[in-house]
Order: sequence, then C-alpha cells, then structure tokens
Amino acid sequence: MDRIDQILNDFRQVNRDALIPVLQAVQDEFGYLSGESLEKIGAHLRLPASKIYGLATFYSQFTFAPRGKYHIRVCNGTACHIDRSTSILKELNKQLGIVDGEATRDGMFSLEVVACMGACGQSPVIAINEDYYPKVRSSAIRGLLDDIRTKHR
Amino acid sequence: MTEEVHTGSIKKLIPEFIEKDPKEYSPELVELIERLTHLKILKPLIMVGLNTSGRIAGARRVFEAVTGYLKERDIDAEMAETGAIGLNSEEPVLSVQLPGRTRVLFINVAVDDVQVILDDVFHHTIPREKLLGQIRDENMDAWQDVPFLDELAFFSRQRRILLKQNGIIDPLSIDAYIAHGGYRTFLKTIRYHTLEEICVMMEESGLRGRSGSGFLTGKKWMVAQQTPAEQKYLVCNAEESDPGAFMDRALMEGNPHQLIEGICIAAYAIGATKAYIYIRSEYNDSIRKLSAAIQAARDYGILGHNIFFSGFNLSISIRKGPGAFVCGEETALIASMEGKRGMPQSKPPYPAERGFHKKPTIVNNVETLSNVPHIIANGPEWFRGIGTGDCTGTKIFSVSGRARTRGLIEIPMGTSLEVLVQEIIGGSQPGRTLKAVHIGGPYGGMLPASKLNIPVCYETFRRAGAVLGAGGILVLDEKTCVVDLVKYFMGFMKHQSCGKCIPCREGTKRMSELLDEITRKPLAEDQHDTLEKFRGLMQLEKLADVMRDTSLCGLGQLAANPLISALWHFREEFEEHIFDRHCKPNVCRELRTYYIDVELCTGCTVCAKRCPEDAIIGTERHPYFIVPDKCTGCGICKEVCKFSAVFYN
Amino acid sequence: MIKIEVNKKAVSVEKGQTILSALREHGIMVPTLCSMEELTPTGACRMCVVEVEGFDNLVPACSFKVQEWMKIKTHSARVLRARKANVELLLSNHPDDCLYCERSGNCELQKLAEDLNVRNRRIQGKRTSAKIDSSSLGIVRDPDKCILCGRCVRVCEEIVGISTIDFERRGDQLKIATAMSEPLQFSSCIDCGQCVVACPTGALIDHNQFQELDTSLDDPDMIVTVQYTPEVTVSLAEAFGFRPGTDMKGIINTALRRIGFDYIFETAFGGDVFIQEQAAELIARFRRKEKMPMITSRCPALVNYVEEFRPELISFLTPVRPPHQIMGKLINKWFATKKQVPSNRIQNVLITNCTAAKYEASRPEYASDNSPDVDYVLTTRELARLIRLNGININGLDPEPADGPFNAITSAGKLLANAGGEAEATTRTVFREISKKEMQDPRITKLRGNKYLRDAVIATPKGDLRVAVVHGLKHALKVMDEISTGKSEYDLIEIMVCREGCVNGGGQPIPANVNVIRARTKTIYDIDKSESLHCAHKNNAVAKMYEEFARAPASDQSRDLFMTRFAHRKVLK
Ligand SMILES: Cc1cc2nc3c(=O)[nH]c(=O)nc-3n(C[C@H](O)[C@H](O)[C@H](O)COP(=O)(O)O)c2cc1C
Ligand code: SF4
Ligand code: SF4
Ligand code: SF4
Ligand code: SF4
Ligand code: SF4
Ligand code: SF4
Ligand code: SF4
Ligand code: SF4
Ligand code: FES
Ligand code: FES
Ligand code: FES
Repeated sequence: MDRIDQILNDFRQVNRDALIPVLQAVQDEFGYLSGESLEKIGAHLRLPASKIYGLATFYSQFTFAPRGKYHIRVCNGTACHIDRSTSILKELNKQLGIVDGEATRDGMFSLEVVACMGACGQSPVIAINEDYYPKVRSSAIRGLLDDIRTKHR
Repeated sequence: MTEEVHTGSIKKLIPEFIEKDPKEYSPELVELIERLTHLKILKPLIMVGLNTSGRIAGARRVFEAVTGYLKERDIDAEMAETGAIGLNSEEPVLSVQLPGRTRVLFINVAVDDVQVILDDVFHHTIPREKLLGQIRDENMDAWQDVPFLDELAFFSRQRRILLKQNGIIDPLSIDAYIAHGGYRTFLKTIRYHTLEEICVMMEESGLRGRSGSGFLTGKKWMVAQQTPAEQKYLVCNAEESDPGAFMDRALMEGNPHQLIEGICIAAYAIGATKAYIYIRSEYNDSIRKLSAAIQAARDYGILGHNIFFSGFNLSISIRKGPGAFVCGEETALIASMEGKRGMPQSKPPYPAERGFHKKPTIVNNVETLSNVPHIIANGPEWFRGIGTGDCTGTKIFSVSGRARTRGLIEIPMGTSLEVLVQEIIGGSQPGRTLKAVHIGGPYGGMLPASKLNIPVCYETFRRAGAVLGAGGILVLDEKTCVVDLVKYFMGFMKHQSCGKCIPCREGTKRMSELLDEITRKPLAEDQHDTLEKFRGLMQLEKLADVMRDTSLCGLGQLAANPLISALWHFREEFEEHIFDRHCKPNVCRELRTYYIDVELCTGCTVCAKRCPEDAIIGTERHPYFIVPDKCTGCGICKEVCKFSAVFYN
Repeated sequence: MIKIEVNKKAVSVEKGQTILSALREHGIMVPTLCSMEELTPTGACRMCVVEVEGFDNLVPACSFKVQEWMKIKTHSARVLRARKANVELLLSNHPDDCLYCERSGNCELQKLAEDLNVRNRRIQGKRTSAKIDSSSLGIVRDPDKCILCGRCVRVCEEIVGISTIDFERRGDQLKIATAMSEPLQFSSCIDCGQCVVACPTGALIDHNQFQELDTSLDDPDMIVTVQYTPEVTVSLAEAFGFRPGTDMKGIINTALRRIGFDYIFETAFGGDVFIQEQAAELIARFRRKEKMPMITSRCPALVNYVEEFRPELISFLTPVRPPHQIMGKLINKWFATKKQVPSNRIQNVLITNCTAAKYEASRPEYASDNSPDVDYVLTTRELARLIRLNGININGLDPEPADGPFNAITSAGKLLANAGGEAEATTRTVFREISKKEMQDPRITKLRGNKYLRDAVIATPKGDLRVAVVHGLKHALKVMDEISTGKSEYDLIEIMVCREGCVNGGGQPIPANVNVIRARTKTIYDIDKSESLHCAHKNNAVAKMYEEFARAPASDQSRDLFMTRFAHRKVLK
C-alpha cells in the first residue's frame, strides 16, 4: 500500500481538483480502485469516501474489480452498432460467461463495452488489450479466445 | 525527425517571422521554410497516417514495414508520421515524395503492398493498384497519368481550411507548423491587438460554436472579457462524446499546433492566463500529441511567462476526462474539472460569468478554436466570404455507417447536404440503396434520402427536423433498421444521462423500455399487448415535449430527437414492428424466427454447440430443431452451419 | 424592489431572490420536490417549473433569480402538463405500496400525484426490486421508493457534515449509496435520522420496533414501562393535525395508559439526574483544569461520530449516560426492587425524538445483567401510529399524571429538548455548586436564538464559566478542530447533531420546516417559564432517589450506575 502513498505524494495539490487525476493514477498503478485506496485518497484530499465512490462510479473509466489478463473491449459506437456489435457481445457473454464490467474467475479475461474506438471505417471493432480486431464477425470470437487460451498454456 | 535541419533552428528566427513581411525574409529563413514545408527536399520522404483509425487498420505495421524496407536496402530517406487525410475507410494511407516531384498518396496499404509500392516509386513509376492521387504543387514536377487529389470527387467539392494540413504535416513537429506560417498570428496578436479588438473581430467573423451550440463565439468571449475577475479560464472542450463524431480527434491528431494556437489567441482575448484542454481519457493519441505540442510550444517560448516580451502569460494543461458523455456539456465539464460528479448545473449563471472555480470561464469546442488562427490571420471579411450570411466559414463532418466512403469532410456552410452525401462520399455502398442519413449523433435527427437537399446550416437543419450538432453523419441503407437505431440512441442516452433530473432520467428510461418492447417478440400472441405498445408509442411524443420543455440540460432536452424525427419520417416502420412484428431490414433479430431445414440439416451438432441461448435441440446425425421461444435471433447458427441449413423468416 | 408580472398581475418583489421565494411571499404555491430551506438549490426535480415569457423552455422557480419585468405564468396548461408528466414518470415504476407505506398521508409524492390529479398509470415502467437495507438499527432504506431528489445527500453533507451517502453511478442506474455500497450499518452513518426527516417519500424510514412490542404488551406476566422524552410532548400533536408547538403534556400519559403500558414515566426525571451528574463531572474537571472543554455526550449520534471520526476527542466527552439510559437503569434496578419484581420481568420502552437512540440501546454498556436497560425504542412517529392502531381518539382525552416514583420533574430536564438547553440547565446547577447560591435569572438568553454557535460567559466566584452550544454537526466541525488542537476557550460545549437539537430529531413528525421547529422550541421555553422549578438540583424526587439508592452525584454508587465508556470504532469514512 505504500505505492499509494507514493502516488499521493506526487500530487502536491491537496484539493478536490486533484481527485480525478489521483484516481486515474491509482487505477493506472493497480488496475482498479479498492475501498482501502478510497480511504487513503480521502484522507489525503480531505474528502469523505462516499464522495469519492460517488464520483468514481459516475465515470466509466473507473472500476472496482481487477481486470483480467486479457481485457476485451467491444465497441458499441454507432457505426459498430449498426454493424451488429451486439451479436459479438452476446457471443462473448456466452463464451466467457461474464457480462460487461466483469472478469472471469480465473482472472484471464474481462469484458468492457465501450463507445466508439475511433475506427468506424472498420466497424465492428473489438480490442483485446492493445490489439485491435477490425471488421470482426461473431462467429470468429470462439477461435480468437481459443487462440489466446492455447497460447497461454 | 528532419535530420539535416537542426531542430530548433527556426526558434531563433521567430522574431524575424513576426516582424518582417514574408517578402523580406532572409535567405536563411526562406531555405529553412522550404525545407520544413517539404517544398524542397533533399531525399525521399515517406509518410504514414498514424492516427487512431489508421493504427487500428494496421498503419503501425505498415510504418514498420517501410522502415524495414529502407533499412534492408540501405536507402537514405526520411520517414515521418502524419494524421488522417480523411479517408478513414481507406486506411492505412501511405504517401511518398521524391525530391523535385509531387507527393503521391496510396490507400488501403497492407504490409505486403509496401515493397511493391516503394520498388515502383523509387524506379519512378507509380503503381496503380492502391493509388489515390498526387498533391498539386506548381513548384514540383507532377506525375503523368496520376490524378490530382483536388480532381477526385471526394476532395473537389471540399474546402479544406482546418483540415488543410491533415495527413500532410507531421503533427509532432512544431518546426513544420511554424514553417507553414503557424504561431505568427498569435505572436502578432499579443503584440499588436487589444483584447477587445480580438473579441470584436471574432464577433464580426460570425463564427458560431462548432459543438453544435451555434452560439456566436466572439459574443461569448466578450462577456468573459468584460466580467471583472482576478483570474479567468479558457477551456478547450475536447470531450467529443458523440459516438460517430471524430472531427475533433482528427484535428488534434493531425494538426495539434493549430488548436494550441487557437487556444492561445482565445485565452488572450478573454484575459485568461490559464487554459485547460479537457479531453476524454480514451483519446490516447490525441493526448500524446497535444502534450508534445504543448511541451514544444513551451520550449519555444510560445507558452509560459511574458511570452516574447508581450507581458502576456499563459499555461495550458491537459485534463483527462474519465468517461461520461454528459461531461461534454460545459457546466458538467467544469464540475468534473473541479473533482465532482459531472452533473450539469442550471444556467444562468453562464460559465462566461461564473465558471471554473466560480471565475469567468470560456468553454469552446476544438473545431471552434481551430478556426481562430485562420480568422485572425485573414480577417473577419475573408471568413464571412465563406458560407452563408447566418452560417459563416466551413464545417467538418465525420461520416460513418453504410457510406461508400467514410471519413472527414470539410465544406463551406451552406453547401447542400445532398452534395455531401451523394457527390463527396458517393452515397451508399455499392449495390445498396441509400435510405436516410442521421445527423448530430444521439440527440440528432434523421433525414430520408429524398429530403437531403437542404443547405448545411444550424437553422435550416433545425427547421428540417435534423440537428447539425457536432457534425457526425451516419449513413443508413436499406439493410439498417430505423427502430433499432432509435432504440440504440435511447439506450445510450439513458445510460449517459447524469440522472439528476426527472424528465431526462425517467423519460429516457421509459422510452428505452418501450422501444425494447417493440423490437421483441411478445411472449404470447396477444392483441392487447400490441395495442399497449401502440398506445405507449403515442404517449412518447407527448413525453418528448415535456422532456424538451423541462430538462435541465441539453442532453435531456434533446434526447428524444432521434425518436421524434424517426417517427416523423419513418412512422410506418414503427407500425410494422408493432402490428406485423416484422423488421424488414432484418435487424431486430428478436423479431425473426429462425428454423432449420430438415432436408439440408446433416445433424452435425455444430449449431447446437454454438447457440448462446441453448435453443437448438436434436440428436446427432438427425435434423436439428430450433426452439422458437428460446431463440433470440442472434444468427450464429446460420453463420456456423456449413450446410446452409439455417433460415429465418 | 423590482416589478414582475405573475399570472397577468403586476407584483413587486425583492431583487436577488429566487422566483420561488418571490412567489411564496405572494401566496402563490408552486410545488417543489428537491428544494430545501436553507440549502443550495440543485434544480433537479423540475417540479417547480414555471413559464417565463421569452424563454424557450420552462424555468425552475427554485433556482432562477427574478429579473425586472419577467412575465411568469405559474399554472398555465403547459406548466401543469409538464408537472403532471414528471410525477407520472416518477410513478411509472414506483411500487404500488401506498396502502402499506409508512409515509402514506404525509408523502410528498403521493400528495403531488393527488394535487396534479394523476388518476391512472398512463406510462408503464419496469419495476425495480432493490434490496431494502434494514441493517442499521436506526433507519431503513427502501431504494424502490426513492425518487433520487438528493435531499438526504445534501442534508448529510451540508447539515450533518459527514456525507455518509452520495449518488452512485448515473442515468438509469443512479442510486443513493454509501461508500463502496456498504449496508448502512457498516458505513459511517451515525444514525441521526436527519435524512429521514428530509426525505419526501417512504424511501427512508425509521427502524420500526412497535410490532415486536405488541407481544410484550399482551403478555400478562410482563410489566411494560414506558418513558418519553420532552421533545415528544411538544411534537406529537402535529401528527394529529394540531398546531405545531401544542403541548400534549398529560394527554400522552392517558393515551399510553389506554394502549396498555403498565407504568408511564417522563424521561425528564432522568434528565435532572443526568444534569446533576454532568454538573458534578464538570466541576471536578473545572477545578482540576483537565480534559477541558467538556463535550456533552447526550447525543448518541455525536458519540457515534466521535468514536468513528475523532477518537482523540473521546476523553473530552462527559462519561455520563444519557437521561433515558439513566431511567432504564433506575427502572431495572431501583424501581424493580421497590416493586419487588425481578428485572427480567420488566420491559422498558422508550419513546423518543431520536433515531440514534435506537442504535444506542443496543450498546453493551447500556445493559444490566446482559439485558438491555431499554428494550424497545420508538420514535414520536411510531407513537402516533401506535395511538392510531389502538383506536384512541386523542381529541377526547383528558390529561392524566405520570407514575411515581419518577413523577416529579423540573423544567431543567425539559430544556434538554432544545439546542442550548442542556448547556443552560447544566450551568444552573454548576453555578449553584460553585457559588453556593442560585443564579439570579436562570435563563441564559445568549444560549437561545437562531445562531448555529451560541456562547455565554457566566461569572462565578471561582472564575468565568464559558459555555457554548453548536447544533447541526457540520457547524461543530470547526469547534471540534479547535478542541483537538487545544485552541478551544470553552469549558462546556454542548454539541447536538440535529439542527436546532432534539426538537428536530430524526424521529420527529414530518414535515419539520423552520416554522414547525421554532414552534416546538418556543413551547419548551414557555414551559421553562411557567414551571415553578427550573433547576435539576431542586428536584425533590431526584434527591430522594439519591438518598435511597445512589447516594449522591458523582459518588461511587452513582458512578457505577450512571457512568459509561466510549471507544474508537473503524468504518470506511
Ligand atoms: C449533452 C451535451 C453534450 C455535449 N458534448 C459536447 C462535446 O462532446 N464537445 C463539445 O465541444 N461540446 C459539447 N457540448 C456543448 C457544450 O456544452 C458547449 O456548448 C460547447 O463546448 C461550447 O463550445 P462552442 O461554443 O465552441 O460550440 C455538449 C452539450 C451537451 C448538452
Ligand atoms: S437533462 Fe439529463 S443529463 Fe441533463 S441534468 Fe438532467 S438528468 Fe442530467
Ligand atoms: S450446423 Fe447446420 S447441419 Fe449442423 S446441425 Fe446445425 S443446422 Fe444441421
Ligand atoms: S439464432 Fe442464435 S439464439 Fe437463435 S437458435 Fe440460432 S444460435 Fe440460437
Ligand atoms: S413513498 Fe409515497 S407514493 Fe410511494 S408508496 Fe409510500 S406513500 Fe405511496
Ligand atoms: S384510497 Fe382508494 S384504493 Fe386506496 S384504499 Fe382507499 S379506496 Fe382503496
Ligand atoms: S442518518 Fe444521519 S449520518 Fe446517517 S445517512 Fe442519514 S443524515 Fe447521514
Ligand atoms: S432517499 Fe429520500 S431524500 Fe434521499 S434521494 Fe431518495 S427520495 Fe430523496
Ligand atoms: S440531536 Fe437529539 S435527536 Fe438529534 S441525534 Fe442528537 S440526541 Fe438524537
Ligand atoms: S463505432 Fe465502433 S469504432 Fe466507431
Ligand atoms: S464513428 Fe467514431 S471514429 Fe468512427
Ligand atoms: S424544486 Fe425546483 S427543481 Fe426541484
């Protein structure tokens, strides 16, 4: 937990303006936010934990659960939507047994639905960590996941 | 990047830049400019569009392939990255320029194409296959039989002012920007103009907020400028939260210094010494380039304390928006910068009087601010000469969906939408028919293909029941479903509403539920249910009025727009969904009935294993059967069946 | 003054005020849901919208300032349609629970629906079925009935000052939650119930106990005693439609007797004991000049706060049980012996203004022989319901006296109802002890009034006694900072979590606006004026109790009986 203190020390500014940058830094470091980190941040910035929690849950960037080794983002921007991104999502739900915002129990995969990823020309798009898959089809999902699983074994 | 030009050498020449007329520049400066603007190059120049959509399409790999190619053959050439030229559906884009010759652009470049293209170009022939065209330049030798970009349908009707350097300039090079004339306007402004003068010039130019607000920018600035306060702020709104809008991103990734210069001038005009760029955290590439640009400007003394002895101080910092559509709304954005939930506040007071930290704050959109250097440099009359009386200047549109070409288009205001859709982007994709275009994102509206002949302008659009908004255009063809699209937007809005006020929070929720119902099969064949849905639909229009009338911010006020305009133009599609339970374009899968043809099915079990709903039953090597009540119409069985035994009606 | 036009009539209004307050001053009622007296308007509910000429959209009256020559329509068809539609939207997925709902009858949503003539469900919404949070002993949250007006959030932040709750998520998933969505019991909630009084609907109610009580009342082997705090007598009337501030003295006794309680006591007796014990403790500290200032600990919500947030202040708290727990002890120990019944055959019921007292009764310190000194805690609101349930027509009752041996009281014990009353009553006794004579005028007007922090300096032969009161915990935060850093100048500080003290407790009848609270306060001061005895040390029955049972204030015996302990507790705060 002293990693949090380190982050907090980097923010000399002790006011509410710093809250979002601090949360972003903490999440970058740990991958998610925990009750404990909220308390520390709150003590540093003199803010009640409820306010920090309320703020963090307002924004889609923040999560309270660790992400999987492979974080899958499914674009559901307008262009991807009309190109049937919901089917892709459904297939991922089925293949992984998780829904938006969850991670598989083995910690391998997590799933997130995002707004436009910026490649509407290539819709529908998904991303697994930093690798993008333009023009994916829902029937190709299982293969993709299998490849990752075998690679990992 | 530019090796033979010592980086920073242009820094020393900035005073000369500001004080002298271009005709009197020293030979040293002239040569430097020619070098940096690539007018005269000494070795081949290769550029790859490394903007976000290019990267996703594989531009990074193309870039590496080019580097590898050059290294292998020991060719001395210059490589640089650039932004999006605007042909997003044709990425990756690669351009090559040989000394003395015009630059040639190639599109849809795959890693395998790199060798072919470069081999040919270095042997002074231009391969036809992935060719787009060449950039016209009188000072260079043109290639034979290669079309000029300005002759292509996509470019010929555009008027590129803000996008002029996009896809051409190296966004990471402040030298290149300065060589192209950049920052001169800002540095002259702070020397020779008063704050009022700039505000007045802006007002005279008639520039209106490009976020879709349509508010006169100069007028807004004047309010902040004249509100006394010891600290004022300028905020560049780079949240660009509309799905389907990507013009701000393109401007930031393609030409960040243009935006920075706009921010500098705007900050000066309102008397702000602190400026912020509020940008969504997902825009990694924009953040990277803006940070680099700010750092470079600081190094050059263009930002900081007592800028070029003018007495003006300015710092720009970046705030990463943690992801909420509503934070595009200015009061919510300010709340977010103050470390609060991004809930909009009642206006008045307007941010121009009482904004960030209760101080006068101007929030302007990226595209708005990118216009500023051009207006101040060329004068308000020049700007008013473009566009129409009410709507001056150009507007950038981002086109996505089922268009033949998808990408960025900059046209003068007042151009007919028909020209944009039919001529510039070439209508719908081959073999498809254009059905409608949806403009303005989740609070926009749609226009059927037959009603596109309206000039691009805030008021004309509003009168036609559409919304110019930020300029996102979604092209729909006969295989898209209007009801589904409206449902999508409403679902988006219900999730993105901040939830503060009742009409918006509850209204979007109720509407979304009803649209969900319409696109789903009723549990039992029930006439009553149908009537309920229809009655619900009738209620929606009244509800939309109340939402518009009473919601606190634009989100709730406009959330019902897509629905209302769709009901207006495509009412029969809604009725078809409700009464016939049929979706003609076959998009609302839950209305489909899938079945397996007994004759064709070999009983291979593949579909049963893949069905996400476990809706397919049967015994191996015997025909399988779909349980209609369980099937949600995802279509996977049809996709995976090797024997094409799955059908739907 | 500026001129505006309202419903085609010219009226002049003060500049700078909101449209809403201007309208109210002219007797024009515009409905509101989210706005609250004294708190910053958020403009969230849109119920107060009016039509203003020249504006495209309707304008929320609560958060818009009047401007010269505004032309306002407050009840045009357009306005009414909008208000009605918004109420209908709220009702579209609201549980159809009015028949069973605690707030039925004084629910603001229900009233709006009635006033706006909502007669059927034209908009159908999907019902939610969120879990009811009944983890806390003080209050219960039913999220399905929550209309997300944010009043609880603002009260907890702007008046209580600890922000236990906030909005969580956004849009269709918006809800009210504690940090990490913990149940209230494990949150930093101090059970003050201020959010309950602020809530317009049945989404926040107190943790009811009167159903369990029923069985005890029926049990012939049980002796069920009941005590009620002074706040109850000055507020119960409101629940039956009487003018706020009506004193139900005596009538309450009659009603409780009819309900079937065996013995009826006034907590004010315990109040007099409490004041004497507290005075003795203060004198001791005053002489030794240690652990000063002394902070009163009668408010259980304050105790929660100190234990959770400021353990460093624990030693400053008066270690004396609050009056009702003194009563509980006395009933179980002294009264039981007197009546010759084993204490396990006695059930003690407390009727109080305070939701935090519900939690407090479960503290292990407040038990004798492993059984709690107070068995059931009911709020004023629950009492009203109990009276109705038993079919008692409060109108037709004649006052009756309470029961001995606790039936002699002074107005000192009653004063505890008001913010500042405790400091005032304690000072009266301390002064007597120090200077061996009574105060000339027992009223300390400086401790009364409208300010959040009030203080007074009382000259005594042993030096000045500096006493203060702050109410509304938010306003006490600074004072507590001063104590932690040793900068406080006071000798005695009364801190009451609820604004205006216990008269405005979380268990009091709803609504409680400023006028209602003032009326209750005034009645208490009127009682102080009209009672013949003003000082706790003049209570003969208390003196007799000490004589027979606890020897003297601050004696070893009374310490054993009436003292308590506090300890640090960890919560996510
Ligand atoms: C729901 C909502 C979302 C908005 N999103 C954006 C946005 O993403 N980007 C933007 O520049 N303006 C957005 N706006 C408009 C801003 O509130 C504000 O008007 C704008 O930044 C002003 O800039 P302009 O005057 O340059 O147009 C949004 C407004 C609303 C109501
Ligand atoms: S209209 Fe919607 S987004 Fe805007 S304040 Fe109201 S609830 Fe929030
Ligand atoms: S995949 Fe095709 S052939 Fe195989 S069982 Fe399914 S329908 Fe029959
Ligand atoms: S369409 Fe989808 S849900 Fe329906 S049977 Fe086929 S695989 Fe299953
Ligand atoms: S909260 Fe109000 S409207 Fe809802 S059930 Fe209770 S009384 Fe009825
Ligand atoms: S109000 Fe009407 S519905 Fe409700 S209990 Fe009375 S009669 Fe029945
Ligand atoms: S009971 Fe008091 S502390 Fe607890 S949530 Fe309500 S107002 Fe806040
Ligand atoms: S709990 Fe009550 S006060 Fe709090 S938001 Fe819900 S309805 Fe409003
Ligand atoms: S001020 Fe009174 S009613 Fe309020 S919490 Fe404290 S003791 Fe209870
Ligand atoms: S909508 Fe998916 S990338 Fe734009
Ligand atoms: S619509 Fe979002 S970048 Fe394509
Ligand atoms: S009372 Fe005015 S918006 Fe709620």
